[in-house]
Amino acid sequence: MRAQKHSLKWMYLATAALLTLPSLAVAQQAPAAAMHVGARQEAHVGKLTGHSEAGRKLYFRFCWGCHGFHGDGNGENAQYLNILPRNFVAATFKCRSTPTGTLPIDEDLYNSLNRGLNNSNMPSWFPLTDQQRADMVAFIKTFSPRWQTEKSGDPINVPAEPALTVESIKHGQELFQKLECWKCHGQEGRGDGPAASTLTDSNDQPIRPYNFVAGSRFKCGVSNRDLYKIFITGLDGTPMPSFADVVKPDEAWDLVHYLRTLQVNHRSPELALWMTTKEGAAIVSAQKISGTPTGSGINQ
Amino acid sequence: MILSVPTRRRFFTTASSIAFAALLAALMLADSQSARAIPAFARKYGMPCSACHEAWPKLNNFGQVFKDNGYQLGNDRDAPIFQQPAYWPIAIRTTPNWHRESTSATDITNPATGLTTEGQLTTHGFDLTGLDILTLGTLAKNISFQFVPSADNTGAFHVESANVRFDNLLHTSWLNVKVGKFELDNIISEKRILLLSSFGGFYQGYHFQPVTEGLYTFGIGDNQLGVEVSGHSRNSYTRYSAALLSSNDGNVNLPNGHGYDTFLTVSQAFQVGSLGLQRVGAFAYIGRAPTYFTTTVGGTALGDGLGQKSFTRAGFYGLWYYKKLDFSTMYIHGSDSAFLGTNTPAYADLPVGARKPTWNVGTIETHYTWSPQLILINRYELVRMSQQALPGLPGNLGDVDVLTFGYRYYPFISSRAGFAFHNEYSILRQRGTSPINGLDITSSSLFLGFDFIF
Repeated sequence: MRAQKHSLKWMYLATAALLTLPSLAVAQQAPAAAMHVGARQEAHVGKLTGHSEAGRKLYFRFCWGCHGFHGDGNGENAQYLNILPRNFVAATFKCRSTPTGTLPIDEDLYNSLNRGLNNSNMPSWFPLTDQQRADMVAFIKTFSPRWQTEKSGDPINVPAEPALTVESIKHGQELFQKLECWKCHGQEGRGDGPAASTLTDSNDQPIRPYNFVAGSRFKCGVSNRDLYKIFITGLDGTPMPSFADVVKPDEAWDLVHYLRTLQVNHRSPELALWMTTKEGAAIVSAQKISGTPTGSGINQ
Repeated sequence: MILSVPTRRRFFTTASSIAFAALLAALMLADSQSARAIPAFARKYGMPCSACHEAWPKLNNFGQVFKDNGYQLGNDRDAPIFQQPAYWPIAIRTTPNWHRESTSATDITNPATGLTTEGQLTTHGFDLTGLDILTLGTLAKNISFQFVPSADNTGAFHVESANVRFDNLLHTSWLNVKVGKFELDNIISEKRILLLSSFGGFYQGYHFQPVTEGLYTFGIGDNQLGVEVSGHSRNSYTRYSAALLSSNDGNVNLPNGHGYDTFLTVSQAFQVGSLGLQRVGAFAYIGRAPTYFTTTVGGTALGDGLGQKSFTRAGFYGLWYYKKLDFSTMYIHGSDSAFLGTNTPAYADLPVGARKPTWNVGTIETHYTWSPQLILINRYELVRMSQQALPGLPGNLGDVDVLTFGYRYYPFISSRAGFAFHNEYSILRQRGTSPINGLDITSSSLFLGFDFIF
């Protein structure tokens, strides 16, 4: 009996070993294991202080599949994405509150994590805790030496939004022509302007201008204030330039008001006011008739 | 290997046999239940398993939000129109394994002598847990589906899940509707359970029924047929669901004739500084089950379930996180009608002194997530009868204790497939339910295997 128990014990051990060894043989190095060692960073968002060491664990749980072990945007899924993941080594960010060419403030990165990036594979990480998002921001800053040698830019001033008027919308419409926004975004804002097919981003990848008709959310937010910031800061890494030196604040707001009216599938005060005019009603009706078919899943 | 010989029979031998059969049935059921981790989603969105799972198949809050949103990330890549035509929302999961099962006291009949004795039975060998074919995805924006044919380890298929879900009705995440066969909204999910052995592979509290019962079977862990209305905050910190279900424990063809049950649950999560997200919740299942049946086809087929009597399960739970350590705690109170508890048809008189059986279940499951690639798991469950259906029965008859520990090691993590080496041991003791002598039963299960999904 004792001998039988003894042999059983060895059988169990042998079975465990048999099942364990192949598993160990195929084991790859843990993704979190020292694939990237950058200088420690902190992120400050409101009362939160993010720590890069905590963010490292989160990055190698959530982010590395697209952004890569080295943060260069070359993760295993990058080849399947038609908008390549951000290259954190280059530290060029689209969504900023800072002037073009400068580093964003921590809150900009935090907000991008919060909302995700519309029309890309980047989801909203709002389900994570505030602290986790702050930690991730701190870790993202370890990838580029720019964060050690440069300071973030100073956030631009966004003046109070002036009252919405038909004149403001019409002036925005004129600016849309004058600034040649239509060349990329198209006369109706469908992202189908004559230059649209030639555009590339900083990765030399084709990029489509924003389609106002199909969407209500912008790449960097949903509000009029967010749209204003996009004009003034530009979307670095894309053909969308900064208009900080071209338009005055009041003009930028006029442009905001007009662009809202191009979002014919999204109810907004601007659209409602524009529809009260003969010209506006005619334009919007024409756009809706040739608009996005329903049921495609791309109405927002 | 016979260790004990029966010397006496107790008056509740029949009840014990029923209990043992019910236990075995529950175990077999648990064995065939599918677990969810869907690399089809990982492939669709290009995200590693660890993004949605603390350790697959257990969801983290990001995965919970994705599920609550009807399998949508909300980044405008959700609808099928954005997928390459080659994309196919299917995943397959199975678990080849070696396992050893041992029960201390079961009835064993020797064909040579014809004698039935009570003794220990031990089996072991290489085996399969079955096969899950998981097809889930979006049909259009805010319309998603789930269809899961599942085979047990003999290859016999059944439909584990089949439902369609409509999300963000009236443009709010607080109103979503799901119709079909689905898992109840259990945050401590048996379909995403981290343990796989015969006694660790399901939650006792979700399936326990008193040993005196045999008229109906029910488990909160079982997928049910019905309609569910649910809602959640944007980050799913606050969640609710209410379901109207057919009283058939998820079985098709209306085996219980008619009748409806209700399941309600709410939960709230909250951030606690660097400790992370904590969650508390409560649930209640109010059901009815028939106590006898009319028959048709000359008495050979069940017609309609009549004499319906009520049963309830109610509980609350918490998910507690402390850095790499987390605890899932759960308390459940169960109560059945005296008719169900004593197997008495509603048209008949109850046995003298019969009363509704009640019991309490406590569960604590501990995880230590060393990294996304390694998780250590421990669970202890206890079931205590607080009132037997018949006053003469021992107070602890049917009480259960289960201890399980194990680990899952994921040699690689990718957005294409899931793979885990799974080692686990569980031991169960149930009071007074051996089939002949009414002795305590001690059973153990050792599970060594590979869990993979593609």
